[in-house]
Amino acid sequence: MPGTGTALGAPAERREGHLKVTGGARYAAEYDLPGRAQAWPVPATVARGRVTAVDAAAALRLPGVLAVLTHENAPRIAEPEDPILGVLQNPAVPHRGWFVALVVAESLEAARAGAAAVRVEYAAEDHDVTLTTDHPDAYEPESVNGEHPTRREHGRRASDSPAARVNVAYEVPPLHNHPMEPHASTAHWDQGHLTVYSSSQGGTTVRETLAALFGIPEERITVVADHVGGGFGSKGTPRPDVVLAAMAARETGRPVTVSFPRRFLPAVVGHRAPTLHRVRLGADADGRLTSLTHEVTTHTSRIKEFVEQAAVPARVMYDASHSLTVHRVARLDVPTPSWMRAPGEAPGMYALESAMDELAAELGMDPVELRIVNEPEREPDSGKPFSSRHLVDCLREGARRFDWSRRDPRPGSRAEGPLLIGTGVASATYPVLVSPSTAEARALPDGTFVVRVNATDIGTGARTVLAQVAADALEVPLERVRTEVGSSDLPSAPLAGGSSGTASWGWAVHVACRELAGLLTAHTGPLPAEGIRAHADTSGRADAESPYARHAFGAHFAEVGVDTVTGEVRVRRLLGVYAAGRILNARTARSQFVGGMTMGLGMALTEGSTMDAAFGDFTECDLASYHVPAHADVPGVEAHWLDETDAHLNPMGSKGVGEIGIVGTAAAIGNAVHHATGVRFRVLPLTPDKVLGGLAGRPG
Amino acid sequence: MKPFGYVRAASVEEATEAFAAHPGARYLGGGTNLVDLMKLGVERPAVLVDVSRLPLDTVEELPDGSVRVGAAVRNSDLAAHPLVRDRYPALSQALLAGASGQLRNAATTGGNLLQRTRCPYFQDVSKPCNKREPGSGCGARDGVHRDHAVLGHSESCVATHPSDMAVALAALDARVELYGELGARSVPAAAFHRLPGQHPERDTEIRPGELITSVVLPAATAGLPSAYRKARDRASYAFALASVAVVLRVSDGVVAHAGIAFGALAHRPWRAQRAEEALLGGPATAAAFARAVELELAAAEPLRDNGYKVPLARNIAVDVLTRLASAAAT
Repeated sequence: MPGTGTALGAPAERREGHLKVTGGARYAAEYDLPGRAQAWPVPATVARGRVTAVDAAAALRLPGVLAVLTHENAPRIAEPEDPILGVLQNPAVPHRGWFVALVVAESLEAARAGAAAVRVEYAAEDHDVTLTTDHPDAYEPESVNGEHPTRREHGRRASDSPAARVNVAYEVPPLHNHPMEPHASTAHWDQGHLTVYSSSQGGTTVRETLAALFGIPEERITVVADHVGGGFGSKGTPRPDVVLAAMAARETGRPVTVSFPRRFLPAVVGHRAPTLHRVRLGADADGRLTSLTHEVTTHTSRIKEFVEQAAVPARVMYDASHSLTVHRVARLDVPTPSWMRAPGEAPGMYALESAMDELAAELGMDPVELRIVNEPEREPDSGKPFSSRHLVDCLREGARRFDWSRRDPRPGSRAEGPLLIGTGVASATYPVLVSPSTAEARALPDGTFVVRVNATDIGTGARTVLAQVAADALEVPLERVRTEVGSSDLPSAPLAGGSSGTASWGWAVHVACRELAGLLTAHTGPLPAEGIRAHADTSGRADAESPYARHAFGAHFAEVGVDTVTGEVRVRRLLGVYAAGRILNARTARSQFVGGMTMGLGMALTEGSTMDAAFGDFTECDLASYHVPAHADVPGVEAHWLDETDAHLNPMGSKGVGEIGIVGTAAAIGNAVHHATGVRFRVLPLTPDKVLGGLAGRPG
Repeated sequence: MKPFGYVRAASVEEATEAFAAHPGARYLGGGTNLVDLMKLGVERPAVLVDVSRLPLDTVEELPDGSVRVGAAVRNSDLAAHPLVRDRYPALSQALLAGASGQLRNAATTGGNLLQRTRCPYFQDVSKPCNKREPGSGCGARDGVHRDHAVLGHSESCVATHPSDMAVALAALDARVELYGELGARSVPAAAFHRLPGQHPERDTEIRPGELITSVVLPAATAGLPSAYRKARDRASYAFALASVAVVLRVSDGVVAHAGIAFGALAHRPWRAQRAEEALLGGPATAAAFARAVELELAAAEPLRDNGYKVPLARNIAVDVLTRLASAAAT
């Protein structure tokens, strides 16, 4: 079997890497079709109310302006399943930044000038955008994101008081995905056929959605997402750009590009909702949890209930004699929240793993050992056995690599001049998600193979890893396999999201390739010119209920320096060890882990936006004010993984790797800050304004 | 973006004449701030007079030992210039603490001085801002203002000036040279920017049509120990939460010269004259530095959410003063 040893797991380079670094990779806004027009949306400037008048006359007089779409004249679309897509259909303004008009023009500059010239009048109403734990409108929803139940309770409250307890509140601010490529779509109608080039994590859903909204069969829609510059969840389902582009193209008879300005993203593409956490832990003298309560309060918009499932990871992590996890949500006049890398797990594990660190301190116990002591036999919530769970191995391996045993556990025990140095640890978890997919594999007479699947490569290396999966299944060298992804003309496939893309698409690719290999074995003589092909559909298998609880686990270790002069916290070292099944591409998987950890570093130290109570919008809307980590913030980041074998996942034996890197990072950094300073900071991000104030009250 | 004209000037005179001839003109340097503001609709110039290619792109030593920096010298080049690195380290450090490498490569000395506040209300034309639209109100005073002024603000404006470079220039006793209809003049860098008062729309003392031609770094502060320190949310590419530039000469344990300027605390680089006067002729000790800096900051009037700036500014100023004094002592 020549070459097979280099396929699955090998650090194969991204196949589109050269195209990307030379500018040859085309993104959605770069399809310069003949006659293409550009569009610029007009955001609402009130936080609640309705549009009473739109005066487009001045805009229409400007040179180059072709049309101004408003709720009065825009094409009617069917009621969308996702309310954020119901743009320009009625005068209601559910939040500031909601689009109330779209200006289509010959150039981007003309469209922007036109948008500035549109006069909109509103009947404004009082708004409320301020989330509090005791908000009178907060309620327990029926379910939270991921279709998890809102509330779970197990066991009985102990009557005697625990040896140690913590009862603390944490706060995670609104966070924004801000992919490098803002949301963009280019739409073109040609003889009743709609083609859209859209920056999306899943073209199949885009096509289904457009078919429903515009009332045309899916066969008359093509969705292309050849290259996508990141999404982090914010492109997981269609966003208003693709609906507006299709509307504007139909209205003007021209191809139209809608490319959202960066500043508009926070209001219209989703955000990680702020979460207010209450965590109560009780433990016996050996550190075993007697009680675990995680209560989460969050917000959603008036038009859609999206509830960040931040208390859900507590149902997976640790055994406790009594546990209670519950979510409450308040509908406010805010933009609609949505998925952002590890929704639920990222903020939830920040709170839970910070509280575990506080409990370890109360007990005088090593925080690594405290976690090991509470390792469950079965998934605490479901009672199912784990398909595999190597959290303890991750913690031990991480501790070994990080030199944890040499740590002086006393807070504030290590200083270098004005810097206080500390280290921290936290666990990570992320569920194994997988969806049915189809795929096609074809053998050609020249000895090469083509794998076709409407997967989306959002920068992760999907093209590359699917070729590896195919080469492995076909037992052929990697270079003989070509992959075609990113078009709805290909066999339909689910989105790149929930760390499920590779598992879902790869499963179908594997099945198609195994079947093709069987056909080839049976085939005699030369192949026909069109080759031989096999098709796979994993419906009924990929989505079958598993008797196992399936999750990836990891351990994060961080070292920070806290400047006592300024309150500046900088990470000096970040190390993650993961147990995520079989790693299919060592290079691209490492990128995912490191990228997730970097995003977690941002969550801990620099990222966060402010909801402006008076105006009802997020104040930090550009990359100068919304601080994603710069290179100088990200020193040595190490990602390692265990060789984990798990027969209960998919034919490749893989778990997802896209999200777990962010999950425990913020807690590990926060815990390191406590170790450095002796002060608990429980409101993210840990910026100098907060830290300096906390240091002032530091004992000794 | 509103359509605009574009004129490229070949000389300073030609530039000022072009400006005078076109109502609504703006000078264009590196464009790193102006062009952004045009895209946002905050600036709506009728004509851009491009002064980035004027023959003002050199750093030269003058016969009296001062150093003249042309207004078109790029921030990166100025930071790396041997005369600046050797004699005015605070200026080099301040420049390198600002923006990103790409922005510093484009931004000019003159343009850096004339950049506008990054107050989010100023940058959003859908919100009130007395600086952008006099009389419209201030969104920041009772709004989101963690980054805003604690010194010298007024009822009408609580914005800060964003420049790092200007803070170092103020501490170094630099002068800003201007050319306009009435000829050439120069003003101290520390007095170039204004406090907002009733007219926050005016950032500086520059007169309509005047062009910054150069910045002169005086011989008097050349070679004196100096340093710049900036506290910020992330390690690079972030505006200061507070910053300080210090020029300090200590002779026999006594402060012989002190130039202290704060950034990000006020509508202009805040020259700490009270602190300087308190220090001059006194002992160069940490306690004396702390007393002097606290005296200066006693005038601070923090807003609801930016009180942290006062201890932050005190800490970095005392830290830099102490560091410079101990370096001088060894």
